[in-house]
Amino acid sequence: MYTLQTLPGDDVRQIMWRFAERFDLQMVVQSSRSIARTTVASLVAQGARNSHEWTDLKQELLDAFDASGLTALYMNTSQGGFMDGPKNLALSLAAFELSWVDGGAATSSLASNLALAPSHEKGTPEQRDYYMSRAVPPQPGEDRTIWRGAFALTEPLPYVGVDTGVLVGKVKVKDWKDGEEPMLQVEKRGRFITNMDFAYFVTAAVDSTDERIKGSCMITLEEGDEGSFDRGAPTMKMCHQLSSTRDPIINVTVPASRIIGGYTVVDGQIVPNFTHGEIIGSVFHRTRIPVGLMTTAKLLSAVEPVIRYHRTRFRGGDASNPGSPKFEQGIQQKEDAQQRLIDIWAIGEAGASMGFTAAREADTFDPIEREKESFLAEQGCTSARKQFAMIRKKDAETMEYIDLLFDTGRDETRFAALDADVLVKFSYLDKLLGVIIPTTKLWNTGVGAIFLREAISLVGGYGITEDCPGFLMNKWADSQLEATYEGPEAVQRMHLTITQADPVFLHLLGKYADDMAASDAPGSDGLAAGIRMWLTAMTYLSENTDADGNKLYHRKRQGVTFPMADAVGWLLASYYLFKDVAELQEKGGMNPTVAEGLEGLSGFYADLAQVMAARAVGEVGRILSELVYGFNSGADVSAFAALRAEADAKLAGVRLAKDRAGQALTQVMIPEALDYPM
Amino acid sequence: MSYHIVVCGSIVPDPLQVLEPIVGPTGPALKNEMMLPAVLDPWAGHALFEAANLAKNVPNSKVWLVALGPKAKLQQVMMSVAQKALFTLVAADGPASGFVDAFDTAAALTTAIEGIADLDRDKMLLFGGWQSASRGTGATIQMVGERLGIVNQFQGVDKLTVNADGSMDILERIEGGSYLTSRLSSAPAAMGWATGELPEPPNNPQVGMMNMKSIMPALQQAKPAQLTGAGFKVENVAQPKVMRQTRIEKDMSTDAIAQEIVAWIKG
Repeated sequence: MYTLQTLPGDDVRQIMWRFAERFDLQMVVQSSRSIARTTVASLVAQGARNSHEWTDLKQELLDAFDASGLTALYMNTSQGGFMDGPKNLALSLAAFELSWVDGGAATSSLASNLALAPSHEKGTPEQRDYYMSRAVPPQPGEDRTIWRGAFALTEPLPYVGVDTGVLVGKVKVKDWKDGEEPMLQVEKRGRFITNMDFAYFVTAAVDSTDERIKGSCMITLEEGDEGSFDRGAPTMKMCHQLSSTRDPIINVTVPASRIIGGYTVVDGQIVPNFTHGEIIGSVFHRTRIPVGLMTTAKLLSAVEPVIRYHRTRFRGGDASNPGSPKFEQGIQQKEDAQQRLIDIWAIGEAGASMGFTAAREADTFDPIEREKESFLAEQGCTSARKQFAMIRKKDAETMEYIDLLFDTGRDETRFAALDADVLVKFSYLDKLLGVIIPTTKLWNTGVGAIFLREAISLVGGYGITEDCPGFLMNKWADSQLEATYEGPEAVQRMHLTITQADPVFLHLLGKYADDMAASDAPGSDGLAAGIRMWLTAMTYLSENTDADGNKLYHRKRQGVTFPMADAVGWLLASYYLFKDVAELQEKGGMNPTVAEGLEGLSGFYADLAQVMAARAVGEVGRILSELVYGFNSGADVSAFAALRAEADAKLAGVRLAKDRAGQALTQVMIPEALDYPM
Repeated sequence: MSYHIVVCGSIVPDPLQVLEPIVGPTGPALKNEMMLPAVLDPWAGHALFEAANLAKNVPNSKVWLVALGPKAKLQQVMMSVAQKALFTLVAADGPASGFVDAFDTAAALTTAIEGIADLDRDKMLLFGGWQSASRGTGATIQMVGERLGIVNQFQGVDKLTVNADGSMDILERIEGGSYLTSRLSSAPAAMGWATGELPEPPNNPQVGMMNMKSIMPALQQAKPAQLTGAGFKVENVAQPKVMRQTRIEKDMSTDAIAQEIVAWIKG
């Protein structure tokens, strides 16, 4: 039996989430944390959330972000930032730290970046540098106002929201003199637009109403543009009140050079280089990761206050005296309180493992995606359809590459050749991220919201008061918005309907199952069986029909595809937790701080991973059984049934793991008090 | 006129943590001390921020932070401290616990300071905490100063003003809430800082990135400090006793509660 001596600290997290060698990221964590636990916590404690308006008190947030470098985090050094290179992991860590205290504060820190993201991803170099260099705080000797931005996609109902296809925002040519830049008239009504109280510029999605402009585009509008820049009414949202949200109405004249990504004139028609859909796809591909991690942070933040509440529940009254079990252990005497908190902790850890994996892989992907674009452009392959076909041709090599990634005795020459093939590398990461980014958003927020409710229940009536330590009730309410931001659950499930059925991803998932089967981590064989169960169900659903002869796995049959998306999230989150625990066990001994408590940490995390695997396999088994048996297909289900039985049998010992982990909670040393005000 | 400011300061366990004394194999220690999160000793922090401010206002001045502590933990703390002020780290690997003899600590710090290649002793201001959050002997800076031959020493410093002629006015705390003002003609001098007058600066990652160029190599090259502990023994360590008496009162007005508290405070 091990003893978990203290709660995991920064050294542990840096190893698990693989940024132990990145001091720039470690500094980002410290900066974000210092704001979260001072300015942000103080605002929440003072009741700043009790208003829809952007108040002077809330403005302190932006000042703190500016002063501590968070405003400049998204920018490169040439644009006034302090880090170069991809920043998915950096932004994820910052959002995680801020959400530890308040999700709305995290949204505030991310919203300007979201407004800049269209220019960052698809803008011309001039557009990118122009806006990004103005969005950083003034440098010493400069006297200027920081340009904050808002990303305006969502429109008043029934227009664009979940479905990005139907835009009511319009653009037309106002004036186009020979040899001069066309001037465009842009009308955009927004709904639920973050940062709108103070945004100087808005990146708006609009559609053409003029035959002289082709299709849709995203375009940048500024407060100083000729026309009306009405910030609109505050959105009456019931969560994330530390972010500014309004419903703007904008009608301005701007030069065509504001079209993000530029345009070309073909036969007298302005043709934007990117449609709004192309830009949004590229932007959201990445920005959904931090949003998913926001809910995860709150789950993990609940552990310490719940333990403290349980331990001290009976202290101070006549019911117990110092030295008695009731006084010393409080509610922690009861097994249920321990073990339900273990479930919350396991879900939080698994979400973090998956989300930070997604962020790291997105950082790897960014330069490869640009390299791929250049490579294909050199080949004259520029249309999306041609590119798709060309990358599809690499499926076999990508699968071979995946095989070699997991092969310890691989042919290094062949591996190096495939690793150097930009299309193979792109294909691998694209297929991986195509699943784990929407899954991070879907699973972390959806399941996270359910378990945040569990956390509140563990604090009894105290949990639903403003006095609740750790602001748990706020965090629960906020998690519902995190599940909605940047595309609610249905959008992620629609996305996954396509990506989770991709043959390359299915091949990769099969390798994950083999990896888990070969591992000696307790519970990993159960997860392997669970993954194989999902793959078998996918084959079954793809190859068979229901009792009426209708296809089962079909993009329009959401009763099949959506539950499959829900299920895959459980499996992936569990898998990545196993990998992070293995990393900690392997590398923890090299860090003297971690080494001192490694035995306890290692034992505890192994138990946590086993608990998570059992929960994942249980949830997946329930979902899949309904799908496989539920449509009276009549096809042979024996392979699935055998795997389900195998997965169940491999739960052996899991409750003992939960017993141990729960017991560890009764011994772990926690701080005297929460490190942020209430 | 410029200064070479050497700040001695290290880490202490985060004061929010449970700090439970235990007797370990090598003597007294804190339970799980190695695993507890650490912060820069607040007294040393005041000294560092005052030093950085002074260096900013007096051209061509430089700041070194000389720290004796376990380097893995020092590294973690530097991720925050390095963002607050420009300095060069000089690290010595060793314990930062409150149970190390101040005499040994002073010797180790002196050795580290003597190893700073471009330090001009004539321009030197030795800064540190007047006390420490781990165990305030109030002696370390004095002894480092003595070892370095610095005879002008000031303790409990809250303010340092550099005059136009290069002299310095120094405000030291003395008993009864009063200050002693001294005028010092020039460096070198040693100053044990009280709280100073500056707030903790916000984190600035650009400053941090600049500092890291020297901090990471300094941590990698940190030599183990020679701490013998000879002639020093901690006989007993205990937490202060906490007395808690709870009385249940119903229907007592807030005024009455306040009056009772005031009466209790007045004794």
